[in-house]
Amino acid sequence: MVSLATLAAAIEVGVGVETDPRGFVGVLVHGAWLIPVLPLVAMVLIIAVGKRLPARGWELAEAAMAFVAVYSVALLVANWIDPIAYEQHVELSQIGSVGGAGLVVEWGWVVDGLSILMFTVVGIVGFFVFTYAKGYMEGDERFTFFFSAFCLFAGGMLVLVAAPNLVQFIVGWEMVGVASYLLIGHWWEDHANNAAAIKAFITNKIADIGLIVGVIIAGATVGSFRITNVLDAVEGADSALADVAFWVGLALFIGAMGKSAQMPFHVWLPDAMAGPTPVSSLMHAATMVTAGVYLLGRMMPLYNTAGFADDVKLIIVLVGGFTLFFAGLLALVQDDIKKVLAYSTVSQLGYMTAAMGAGAYTAGLFHLFTHAFFKGLLFLAAGSMIHAVRSNNMSDMGGLRRQMPYTFWTFLIGSLALAGIVPLAGFWSKDEILASLSEDAFGLGAAADLVLVLAIAGAFVTAFYMARAVYLSFFGSYKGKAEPHESPAVMTYPLVGLAAFSVIAGWVNVPGAFTAFTDWLGARAHAALDHHAATLDLGVAAAGTLAALIGIGAGTALFRRDAATQAQRDRLRVPLLYPVLRRKYYFDDLYMHGLVNPIKGPVARAVNWTNDVIIDGVVNGAGALARQLSRLVYAGLDQLGIDRIFNAAAAATGEAGSALRRVQTGKVQQYAGALFAGAVLLVVGFLIFS
Amino acid sequence: MIVNQFLVLAALLFSIGIYGVLARRNAVLVLLSIELMLAAVNINLVAFGSYIGDVFASGQVFALFVITVAAAEVGIGLGIIVLIFRNRSSANVDELDLMKW
Amino acid sequence: MGFSDWISKAGNIVFLVISVLMVGAAVLVVTVRNLVHAALMLVAALAGSAALFIMLGAEFVAWTVVLIYIGAVIVLFLFGIMITRAPTGNDPVRLDHKRRWPAVLVAAATFGTIVTATTLAFGAKEIPEGVVRTDVLGDSLFGRYVIPFEVVSFVLLAALIGGIVLARKDPE
Repeated sequence: MVSLATLAAAIEVGVGVETDPRGFVGVLVHGAWLIPVLPLVAMVLIIAVGKRLPARGWELAEAAMAFVAVYSVALLVANWIDPIAYEQHVELSQIGSVGGAGLVVEWGWVVDGLSILMFTVVGIVGFFVFTYAKGYMEGDERFTFFFSAFCLFAGGMLVLVAAPNLVQFIVGWEMVGVASYLLIGHWWEDHANNAAAIKAFITNKIADIGLIVGVIIAGATVGSFRITNVLDAVEGADSALADVAFWVGLALFIGAMGKSAQMPFHVWLPDAMAGPTPVSSLMHAATMVTAGVYLLGRMMPLYNTAGFADDVKLIIVLVGGFTLFFAGLLALVQDDIKKVLAYSTVSQLGYMTAAMGAGAYTAGLFHLFTHAFFKGLLFLAAGSMIHAVRSNNMSDMGGLRRQMPYTFWTFLIGSLALAGIVPLAGFWSKDEILASLSEDAFGLGAAADLVLVLAIAGAFVTAFYMARAVYLSFFGSYKGKAEPHESPAVMTYPLVGLAAFSVIAGWVNVPGAFTAFTDWLGARAHAALDHHAATLDLGVAAAGTLAALIGIGAGTALFRRDAATQAQRDRLRVPLLYPVLRRKYYFDDLYMHGLVNPIKGPVARAVNWTNDVIIDGVVNGAGALARQLSRLVYAGLDQLGIDRIFNAAAAATGEAGSALRRVQTGKVQQYAGALFAGAVLLVVGFLIFS
Repeated sequence: MIVNQFLVLAALLFSIGIYGVLARRNAVLVLLSIELMLAAVNINLVAFGSYIGDVFASGQVFALFVITVAAAEVGIGLGIIVLIFRNRSSANVDELDLMKW
Repeated sequence: MGFSDWISKAGNIVFLVISVLMVGAAVLVVTVRNLVHAALMLVAALAGSAALFIMLGAEFVAWTVVLIYIGAVIVLFLFGIMITRAPTGNDPVRLDHKRRWPAVLVAAATFGTIVTATTLAFGAKEIPEGVVRTDVLGDSLFGRYVIPFEVVSFVLLAALIGGIVLARKDPE
């Protein structure tokens, strides 16, 4: 039941933050519910009429994304002028009634720096990817369905980031999960794609146990699912919440690990590359996988306030650190270019997670912001290459820079941004993370140092594998069989657009000079006790850049020279290490043999046996019993008993009839005689008895 | 005159008529016996009529009706017997047993 | 009233004589071998019944019996007898059934039952003297009993038509 009663009663008072804006900004903010809703409306319209439109539904999707992009930029500008922290809630129903008021289920939207940031990322990257996708998916038989699923994803992601309460957050989380399944398995005729979609969904689902447990505990303890109420409880040092906060924080982090592909839940992301490249770009690089990082960012006060979930940060930072390094190593040995980028994404998500673990939530979100642009770009460029050579493998590429200049230059810019070369975007965000780890504001001690080392080494590895990818794809001679050519304009313009953003996006947060990003994220209803460097820390910046340059140099040294076959070019077959890396540290084997096969095999067989023998046995037995009983009743009771009675009655009637018919002699006089005799008898009877 | 004397007489004639109906083989004789029975009935009716002595002379009226109906019946009956005789050239009722079982 | 009292009345003697004659004629009707004789015996029985009617004061009925019954019906019977056998005279075929005792039994039972019933009911009740005048009868017939009278007329009509239908030859 929807009761449109409450209006803006749940807004907290922040310092210098506009909680209920007026005027044009007020209109924008009050209408912000359109941002998640419009892509979902587009989805419905595409399903309804998409096939009949001239561009088969794409124009609706593109219009929705354009609207989101423009609207979010408008909100961005408004937020920059005057920070906003606005929430709106609409009550839907109540669960139970403990002490008068039950747990309320609401729908709403929140407009503050963090959500505007995410709107912008989804909107701008989404707009470019949708444009690109028109060219990439041209001729696909399920073109219209693709865009409806993509709109579902966009809507779900926006619901997620606009959610002011944890239940709505989960709704958005699940919506993007469904969209991910649909889109990874877009070409489901190939069974491998189907398997990849299921793997993604199930891995996420296992991690979601943590998310749901965490949300339930938090909601039940605080008495409300609203994020502001939970964070209020943290700010107010609510002891009930403090007791469970560690578990809540850990559980929520497990959920985040699933979506953001941290080890050991990372196994689905490389397989998800089975989906079309626009999907990989938007969902599995820029937005969906960042939902976990976003969750940590949104709940940061819980993690940063002493006595609550701050101990979980140790776990978070270690997981992030290991992931960023070891996933990066895996990117070194991949032949499929999308897999290189996939492991790279896992690694960069590790960076974001490590930043969250260090309590530097601004750094983590900044890296999310810049990463969305250059990783999205890299995937689109890779898609352009795949489209041209009709193969994902770098062993089928080589020397493409001559035929595909746009793709080459944009890929190069993206790679340099990823490697963290100044002044491109990646440098600024990666540097912030390194600075935060170095400063260790929350006293994680040795863990922070370890992760810092891993992060710097990771910078080396990142630059190394990207250099490898660039040289193997664009330099040397062409090793494939198709005729590569540059992609059409509808695909190259988004590349250029994203490349531009990859260059300038970092400049919104130059420490010591221009820190708009930090200010704007910092102006929130609940201060996140963030830490960020006041000035540029030259030490870590230098270390990071040095590591990157060494990586590029190593890559050039190993891969610049051409060779006859690709196998010979890829001079990275270090014995012992190489097989382990190729087998992805045996994670997939472990899961397959340890988890999947036992369930598929003995467990499934046992369940099937139970069903067939026990349950079916009971049912069949009941059926057989009924049959036997009915047979008994039929043969014994019906045939022998009842039928005999009726047959005997009929036979008796027949016999009586045969006997009686002899009266009909046909002789009238005999009839007359009988008549008179009868009459006499009757009269005698009357005489006697009256 | 007592009424019973007429009634006994009528009963006697009626019984003789019954005997005739049951015992005779010729169809015409059977019909004749029926006429005898009807005559007995007439005697009965008129005796009762006189005994009651009502102003409408109901007994005699009914006797007239009986006579009329008897006449009609004899006409038809003989017609049927003539037809049967034409078909079978015999007026023997024993042979008329087509309605036998 | 005893038998000697009853027999002392003149009317009763006449009655007795007539009734004996009637019964004798009736017995002959059902026993003679000659068809024509049987019919003629019936004439005697009917004549006797007409006499009894006059004794009971039913003049019109008596004359109707003579006219209709004896005059028309018996003649009809004679015609029927003529048509249904070629020679008149003794019929070579047996006229009676072989086994006649069931008929005797039934007849006797009937007689016994009726006599018992009437004796029990009427005992020695007397008939009042009186003659019913024909005009009274006529008034009654066309007054109170006019509807049954008309119905009986219809019966006669039906019989007439039926007779014609029965008697004509099939139109081949």
